Amino acid sequence: MMQIPADIPAWLAIIVALLLICGSLITLVGTLGLLRLPHFYQRIHGPAITITFGAGCFLLASMLYFTALQERPVIHELLITAFIMLTAPVTAMLLMRTAVYRDLRNGRRIADMATDPQPVTGLSATAGAKSSGLMEEPRDRNPE
Amino acid sequence: MKLLLEISLYFSQFCVVLAMLLCMLRLLKGPTAQDRVLALDTIWMCAMLFALLLGISFASLVYFEWAMLIALTGFVSSVALAKFLMRGEIIE
Repeated sequence: MMQIPADIPAWLAIIVALLLICGSLITLVGTLGLLRLPHFYQRIHGPAITITFGAGCFLLASMLYFTALQERPVIHELLITAFIMLTAPVTAMLLMRTAVYRDLRNGRRIADMATDPQPVTGLSATAGAKSSGLMEEPRDRNPE
Repeated sequence: MKLLLEISLYFSQFCVVLAMLLCMLRLLKGPTAQDRVLALDTIWMCAMLFALLLGISFASLVYFEWAMLIALTGFVSSVALAKFLMRGEIIE
């Protein structure tokens, strides 16, 4: 069972509840983007919302709640905030570079994996790569 | 007012678990390996948020340390997996 004090002040409950609902909806939207967007380079933007705004709302709610509950400033959630702000771009950049390397190595173009079936015309680099045998066939098209 | 906070806590726990389920779907069906790594990273993030929610609902500061540890482990594992996918080895 939850252990919430019964005499919690109204302003605190309202603010914390608002921040919690806002953060959870933003988290849900971010992961829905991860699930629904058609292409990896678009999909990587979904969790960014979760990490920044969702985690920010939750950390702010936690800070406010414990500060008001213990009647002293409880700000060590700022540690998590700083850690996330430092590490999330590193992870995203490494994953993006991984995707670029792997796509280049497999000879896949971005236009091949998009859901848009129209071929991109006027790409002279494609013709050069095709003549050198780099891009015979785009394997593993996106099944969606 | 206690009821309001309880309802919002239950709602946000439900939403975070639903978000983890959506990530799990992407993890299971993701066409490439980097999709799966991204989904795993997001699952770590959602687990951290869930630890924060548990900390609020049980009014205990121990869960804060859980959240810190989960964030740290998630970062290390995601970076290691991304490096492995990029080069085929983790420490060059």
